[in-house]
Amino acid sequence: MEAFLHQLLSGLANGGIYASIGLALVMIYQATHHINFAQGEQGMFSAYVALVLVQAGFPYWAAFLLALAFGFVTGVAIERVIIRPFEQAPVLSVVVVFLGLLFIINSLAGWLFTYNVQAFPSPFPPGLGSRYLSAHEIGMIGVTLGTLLLIYLFFRFTPLGLAMRAAAQNPDASRLVGIRVGWMLALGWGLAGAIGAIAAIMAAPIVYIEPNMMAGILLYGFAAALLGGINNPWGAAAGGFIVGVIENLAGAYVVGTELKLSVALVIIIVVLVTRPAGLFGYTIMTRV
Amino acid sequence: MALAHDGVPETLGKTSAGVAARLLPLVAIVALLVLACLVPFVASSYRLLQLTTVVIYSIALLGLNILTGYNGQISLGHGAFFAIGAYTTAILLERTGIPYWATIPIAGVICLLVGFLFGLPALRLEGHYLALSTFALAVATPQLLKFRLLEPWTGGVQGTYVPGFKAPFGLPLAWDQWLYLLSLAFAIVLFVLARNLLRSNTGTAIIAIRDHPIAAASMGINISLYKSLTFGVSAMYTGIAGALGALVAQFVSPDSFSIFVSLGFLVGSVIGGVASISGAVFGAFFIEFIPNFADQISKAATWAVYGSFLIAFMYLMPTGVAGFLARIWKRLRPLRATC
Repeated sequence: MEAFLHQLLSGLANGGIYASIGLALVMIYQATHHINFAQGEQGMFSAYVALVLVQAGFPYWAAFLLALAFGFVTGVAIERVIIRPFEQAPVLSVVVVFLGLLFIINSLAGWLFTYNVQAFPSPFPPGLGSRYLSAHEIGMIGVTLGTLLLIYLFFRFTPLGLAMRAAAQNPDASRLVGIRVGWMLALGWGLAGAIGAIAAIMAAPIVYIEPNMMAGILLYGFAAALLGGINNPWGAAAGGFIVGVIENLAGAYVVGTELKLSVALVIIIVVLVTRPAGLFGYTIMTRV
Repeated sequence: MALAHDGVPETLGKTSAGVAARLLPLVAIVALLVLACLVPFVASSYRLLQLTTVVIYSIALLGLNILTGYNGQISLGHGAFFAIGAYTTAILLERTGIPYWATIPIAGVICLLVGFLFGLPALRLEGHYLALSTFALAVATPQLLKFRLLEPWTGGVQGTYVPGFKAPFGLPLAWDQWLYLLSLAFAIVLFVLARNLLRSNTGTAIIAIRDHPIAAASMGINISLYKSLTFGVSAMYTGIAGALGALVAQFVSPDSFSIFVSLGFLVGSVIGGVASISGAVFGAFFIEFIPNFADQISKAATWAVYGSFLIAFMYLMPTGVAGFLARIWKRLRPLRATC
C-alpha cells in the first residue's frame, strides 16, 4: 500500500510537469491552431539559461525568474520573426518550420552548453520531504499549482487576459473593437515560452539537463493536452496530472520502465479513437 | 461523341514545337535513368553508398507523398514502417533460408498489413491529431524494438547483423554496385506503379478524399476503405525502402530508427514537394546531402544550420522543389511556344 501511494503521488508530481507543457501547447494551439513541436526545446534552453545564471552566482529564484523572462522574450521573438510569415501557409509547411526550430534550438544548446548530462540544483530544502515524496517532488507540485493559479487569475481578472482570450476566440471581432490581435498572439507565445521554461526547470533536477531532455516530456505533454482536450487549458492541466499518474502506475505495475514511452502512445491513440475531443474539450462543429 | 470530335482536330493541330514540349520530359527522364544506371561504374564507393541511400529514401518518401500529399493524411511516424521493413528483412535472413531478394517484397506485404491496421484508427483523425499520434508512434518505436520479449528476434539493444551477398548470375559487379542497381530497379518499378495508381480511378478517389471528403463520399467513394488502403500502400513503399536500407547498412539496431528518421522523412517530403512524384527524388537528395553540407558550414552547430535551411526553404519554396520547378516551367511557356 505504501509503495502504491508513493507511486501515485510521485506520478502526480511528474504530472505537474506534463500539465505545464500541456498548458503551454494548448495556449499556442488556441490562439493559432498550430502545435508547437519546439515547445520542449524552448523550455530546455531556458533551463540552461537558469543553470548558467546559478553557476554564475545568482540566487536560485532570481535565476528562475530571469530564465522565465528569457523564455517569455524568446517566445515573443520566435512568433514575431519566424512564425508570423507563415500565418497563411498550409499546415505541413508550418509543421516543417516547427521541426526546423526544434533542430536549431537543440543544436544551439548542444553547441553553447555541450551535450554532457549535467546535474541541476533543486531549490527546495531536503527537510520538506516526507515518506512518500521527496522534497523536490513536493516543491514541484506546489510550483505547478501556483503557476496554474496565476494563469487562471491572469486570464480571468485582468483586461489583458480578457483581450487575449477574445483575440484567440474571434480575431476579426476583436480587431474591430481595437484589440491588437497580432500582439496578443505574440503574448500568448511568450506566456507559453515562460510556462515551458517552468516545466523544464522543474524537470531538470529529476531527468538531469541535456539538450534532448525534453523529448519524452514533450510527448507526455501532447498526451496530456489531447487527453484533457486541446481546446481547454484547464483540461490540459488535469490531463497532465492524469497522464503522470497513469505513466507511473503502468511503469511500476504493468509494463515496466522500458516501455513507459509507449504508454503515452497508447493513451494518445485510445483518447483519439474513443473521445477525440478529450475529456474536457468540446467538439467543433463545422458547417459544410 | 461531340467531345471526341472536338478532341481530334486539336491533337492533329499540334505544332511540332508542341510535340517537342511534350516529349521533352520523357526524353529527360530516360536520359536521367541512363545516367543513373552508369553511376555505379564511375562513382567512388563512398559516393555510391550515398546515392544508394538517396534511391532508397526516394522510395520511402514516395510512400509518404502518396499518403500525405495525395491523400491529405499527415504522418510523422513513417520511420516506424521503415524500421518494420528493415527488421523483417534482418529477421528473415537470420532465421530462414529465404533468399535476400525475396525478403524485400515480404517486408512490403507485412508493412502493407501493419499500415492498413494502423490506418483504421487513424481514420478518425485529421490534420494535427494524426500528426500527433504518428509522432507518438515514431517516439515509441525504438523502445518497442528494445522490448525484452521481442529480444530473441530483434536482438534487443544490440541489434542484429544482416548477412551480405554477392551479385547473382556471376555478374562482374561488386556488392555495392549490385545493391545500387537492385535498389534502382525497385525504385523504377515502384515509381511507375505509383504514377499509374495516382492517374487511375483509384488515384482520383484518393485525391478527391483529400480535397473534399464529403463530396467524395457522396460520389460513392468508400472513404474509410480508401484511407486505410492508402495508409497501407504508403507503409508498403516505406517498408520496402526499409528492407533495402537494412541490406545496405548490413546491420539494424533500435537506435538507428529514432524519431529523427521519421522527422527526416516528413521534412524531405515537404521540401521535395509533397503532392508530386518527382518531389520524392528531390527530397531524398535533400535529406541525404544537406546535413553533410550543413556540417561543412559549421561543425559545431550542424543541425542549427540544417534547421535554418528548412525554414528558409519553406519561406522561399512553399510548395517544395517540385512545385517551384513546375512554376518556372509554366513561366517559360511563352518561350517554349516560340522556339
